[in-house]
Amino acid sequence: MANVEKDAISGQETTGHEWDGIKELNTPMPKWWLYTYYVCIVFAVGYWVVYPAWPTLSSYTKGTGGYSSRGEHDADLAAQKQSRSAWTSKFAAMNVDEIGGDRQLLNYAMAGGKIIFAENCAPCHGTAGSGAPGYPILADDDWIWGGTRDAIHTTVAFGVRSGHDETRESEMPNFLGDEILNKAQIADVAEYIMSLSDGSISSDGVERGAVVFEEQCSACHGEDGKGLPELGGPNLTDAIWLYSKSKEAIATQVSAPKHGVMPAWTGRLSDVEIKQVSLYVHSLGGGQ
Amino acid sequence: MTDQSGPMTSASVIPVYDDEVVRKFVVATIFWGVIGFAAGVLIAFQLAFPALNLDLEWTSFGRLRPVHTSAVIFAFGGNILIGTTLFIVQRTSKVSLFGGSGLAHVVFWGYQAFIVMAALSYVLGFSQSKEYAEPEWFIDLWLTIIWVIYLVIFAGTIFIRKEKHIYVANWFFLAFILTIAMLHIVNNLAVPVSWTGAKSYILWSGVQDAMTQWWYGHNAVGFFLTAGFLGMMYYFIPKQAERPVYSYRLSVVHFWSITFLYIWAGPHHLHYTALPDWTQTLGMTFSVMLWMPSWGGMINGFMTLSGAWDKLRTDPTLRFLVTSVGFYGMSTFEGPLMSIKAVNSLSHYTDWTIGHVHSGALGWNAFISFGALYYLVPKLWGRERLYSLRLVNTHFWIATVGIVLYISSMWVSGIMQGLMWRTYDELGFLQYSFIETVEAMHPYYVIRGTGGVLFLIGSLIMVYNLVKTMKGHVRNEAPIGASTAKA
Amino acid sequence: MQKILEKNLILLCVAILVTVAIGGLVQIVPLYTMESTIEKVDGMRPYSPLEQAGRNIYIREGCYTCHSQMIRPFRDEAERYGHYSLAAESMYDHPFQWGSKRTGPDLARVGGKYSNDWHVAHMVDPRSVVPESIMPGYSFMADRELSYLNMDEHLYTLRQVGVPYSDDQIKSAVADINTQANGDKGDVDAFLARYPKAAIGDFDGNPDKVSELDAMIAYLQILGQMVDFTTYKPEMNRR
Ligand code: HEC
Ligand code: HEC
Ligand code: HEC
Ligand code: HEM
Ligand code: HEM
Ligand SMILES: [Ca+2]
Ligand SMILES: [Ca+2]
Ligand SMILES: [Cu+2]
Repeated sequence: MANVEKDAISGQETTGHEWDGIKELNTPMPKWWLYTYYVCIVFAVGYWVVYPAWPTLSSYTKGTGGYSSRGEHDADLAAQKQSRSAWTSKFAAMNVDEIGGDRQLLNYAMAGGKIIFAENCAPCHGTAGSGAPGYPILADDDWIWGGTRDAIHTTVAFGVRSGHDETRESEMPNFLGDEILNKAQIADVAEYIMSLSDGSISSDGVERGAVVFEEQCSACHGEDGKGLPELGGPNLTDAIWLYSKSKEAIATQVSAPKHGVMPAWTGRLSDVEIKQVSLYVHSLGGGQ
Repeated sequence: MTDQSGPMTSASVIPVYDDEVVRKFVVATIFWGVIGFAAGVLIAFQLAFPALNLDLEWTSFGRLRPVHTSAVIFAFGGNILIGTTLFIVQRTSKVSLFGGSGLAHVVFWGYQAFIVMAALSYVLGFSQSKEYAEPEWFIDLWLTIIWVIYLVIFAGTIFIRKEKHIYVANWFFLAFILTIAMLHIVNNLAVPVSWTGAKSYILWSGVQDAMTQWWYGHNAVGFFLTAGFLGMMYYFIPKQAERPVYSYRLSVVHFWSITFLYIWAGPHHLHYTALPDWTQTLGMTFSVMLWMPSWGGMINGFMTLSGAWDKLRTDPTLRFLVTSVGFYGMSTFEGPLMSIKAVNSLSHYTDWTIGHVHSGALGWNAFISFGALYYLVPKLWGRERLYSLRLVNTHFWIATVGIVLYISSMWVSGIMQGLMWRTYDELGFLQYSFIETVEAMHPYYVIRGTGGVLFLIGSLIMVYNLVKTMKGHVRNEAPIGASTAKA
Repeated sequence: MQKILEKNLILLCVAILVTVAIGGLVQIVPLYTMESTIEKVDGMRPYSPLEQAGRNIYIREGCYTCHSQMIRPFRDEAERYGHYSLAAESMYDHPFQWGSKRTGPDLARVGGKYSNDWHVAHMVDPRSVVPESIMPGYSFMADRELSYLNMDEHLYTLRQVGVPYSDDQIKSAVADINTQANGDKGDVDAFLARYPKAAIGDFDGNPDKVSELDAMIAYLQILGQMVDFTTYKPEMNRR
């Protein structure tokens, strides 16, 4: 080969070629480098023997270790189930009232309910149940569908207007659109409802509104406007509003009512998880 | 091919090289670099302060992130790659460009058109949502044509070369151009809904699409961001250090190892997904085997300096080049580590990946490009030296601090996020909700953004320095290292 | 060997191409030929036209830059997001949207988790419902009419790339969008026979128009809802 020369600094020979002034030394590959490379290759081959690795057209080499990532996961889940089973078997056998009566079980439910709530419920009901417009506060003692453990459990399991077969369901009529009431009547009843939570309001409108309420609304919201949890009619006397903060907003709700949807959690969460989160909600402050 | 009898005679017939187009690629590199870094800074702060999405469709994170990735990889990286390949292939083949300056300009303008079309299309809402392959079918077709012309020019120039042997840089460049062509075409096979509309549906679906996509995506890294840039390394480091390449034998072994092994590593982007286990095994093991071949490049880069280490003290351009090789070594150690399934189960989906990306992208790709630019501009504009070496030094340190802030904050946030997702409390329940992990990232997103700002400022200093150099200005300053030498 | 290659351009190119072709062939081709790649499940069906239109918006907006749609087989992911994702669940996805970064949560099973109203509020202004959120707001989707008059051509193209849409489905594509987004209009039973489990209704709460948000939410609501996991056999699908 032409022009092989020795590099003065390293003492290595060059390959004898030159490109644009660049020459190459013919230094041997570093030993540590080569051996580490070999080790990596041996590791890979060993791994192929133990784990699923090489495809054939219709199957693949399964490996001697019987490994499968899904299999490992199934085993992991089984172990988790096993370690929780002492608790979960009790949860499965008891209803929410019974569990709530047992300090230890309740503590356990609270711990699990907290994360279930944060992952699944907080986006609507706010952190720790602080509520949002259209999404009821769960930390107070105002309950649309009832605040007993059992009532909460039913709401969570089947939802409200969720489409589930056992969902809680109730819809306020479209009083204006369906021509049940006219605008004046609606203004009156709105004024009456304002007066329920604000004693300082009194007017002719309130008087007229009281009559309308008696006829049209009490069936769901109760004679006294304090709500009927069995029918999902909210309490209108406590100044805690889902949608309505003003007379106009109340009139809007009567004219063209909004209805929120609460998803059913059966199917998405396990029965035990639903009990846990229901007890957690019950304990947020307003449980009855 | 004419047989040259030796360097003596060939030295006497150095042709006039086509450098006009290389100058254009250099300017485009600088321009797109700044745009890409600025886009990175913007999206970094969007994640810290979502109001910066401006609630406009064109400026939302989802549309701007591909603008950033395409701008830095294909616009900044692509222009420096095409520019330097055309510069290097002429000099190492001792002929001017095959097809002449005209054809090379077709590639230049065609490639800029590709970049502009791609960026506009994302902002306006056309995307295939395949990572690093977001452009729709008609832009893909356009790029294919331009790429083939590029291949013809590059390979044609080698074909008519006046040197008997093909230089190692050109092996890497050939692997880069050919493989990218293959990946680009296969990954983008799509059927348009109508020939007059932008929307198309990709041929592949589900798990097969996932595998094809990461076969492409991983090797965009392997052949665009690695093989191509290694080719640059094999030219600029020996030139700037004025030393011979450390080991030819190492070049041969690591070149063929990289070329063969890289292709297999794609499934490390799909660990524990619905991709079958056997494929994941191959992805992991080939990634581990890739470690040493990658370090072969690093060794060849570093050791080429043996006998010239002292130059690092006085030559900040060389400092960029050598530091980039260090970052290359670091990210090609981190990469195989992250390919190990147990590690990946933690790192995948988190900012750790983002940290890894940017130690490679900023430390390796961008730094070696800066080194190449500082080498090229005085040469191409016929200046004796750069406007200011001291500013190169300032750029180096600001950018280095920026990188350190970027990747260390992402390591912390990534590992923290991964751990928070899987932490259980004493009773065996998950400890943190997802949104708590989002909140926990905030300070690190601010630090990352700050690092990005420093990196951007560094690049603006470079722009100033290079523009001055192009204009022929020279700053009167004490040489670097001179003060210590005098004392 | 190297001595020859580095002197002969053509041979060098051929050698490179052969070297890089092998890995891809070995990894990709068997995914088509091996039956175990796609699990045997009940319930998978192609997207309804409205869902597919929503998916196209998801793709246009690059939601994959923040959201994965791939639940890995880990305990914590099972608790947070549900059953691990199957290959079968994305078999009609052109392209797949598994994602590589979870800046936001996984969406593979978000269908049914929230109400349409919540999605409307969240898409328009995420921080109105989740104060800590860093997701961009997409209010323009609520304002913009969905362009869907050529949805039949979309289904036709999807059939060309392998999605088993029937002639009937392609023919009624546009009508099906109206049916699904308006609920009470159109032949709901026939629609549900074509697309079982599809959610029907005025998703965006604006009965005056079929907006992009209608489509987006229809897509989000079907995610993870198709496969019937009561009949899924995990032991049969380890691979
Ligand atoms: C998509 C939003 C949404 C999500 C998610 C959600 N809820 Fe609700 N929830 C509602 C709405 C809306 C109502 C009010 C229904 C009505 O108007 O009667 C409600 C009502 C309730 C009630 C009844 C309150 C009362 O005053 O009677 C309880 C209890 C409740 N939710 C618990 C939960 C729990 C526990 C979870 C999580 C496992 C949850 N919710 C998730 C929307 C949601
Ligand atoms: C068929 C049952 C029904 C009747 C009759 C009815 N409501 Fe309601 N009302 C409801 C339900 C159910 C809700 C809660 C909607 C929800 O949970 O999303 C409600 C909610 C309201 C609210 C909003 C409460 C808040 O917290 O924002 C107001 C105000 C109201 N009703 C007023 C009236 C008035 C006035 C009438 C009579 C003119 C009336 N309702 C008749 C069922 C009824
Ligand atoms: C900048 C990142 C980002 C982008 C882009 C983004 N999201 Fe999100 N997304 C988030 C974050 C963070 C959350 C969690 C907080 C929240 O609920 O808003 C989230 C939550 C969600 C959720 C609720 C998931 C759950 O289970 O609670 C849905 C649905 C959603 N995003 C859909 C979308 C869609 C559709 C797009 C695109 C049109 C999109 N996102 C774009 C960051 C993003
Ligand atoms: C100023 C400098 C830069 C900043 C501030 C920056 C910032 C960012 C941000 C915020 C992201 C999104 C991360 C996420 O989704 O969580 C990103 C992604 C990315 N950037 Fe950069 N970037 C910079 C420079 C670069 C350069 C120079 C390159 C390449 C040469 C690059 C390549 C990428 C790639 C490939 C991704 C996608 C990573 C992935 O999907 O895993 N960036 N960058
Ligand atoms: C031996 C070398 C390397 C190996 C084995 C390797 C391996 C990996 C792994 C395991 C991931 C994470 C995949 C995931 O969990 O989603 C990754 C991501 C990435 N790496 Fe590397 N890496 C290597 C070198 C490099 C280099 C030099 C760069 C240069 C920039 C780079 C750029 C990237 C990018 C851009 C991604 C993000 C892909 C995405 O999710 O969008 N890698 N790499
Ligand atoms: Ca494309
Ligand atoms: Ca609508
Ligand atoms: Cu990779």
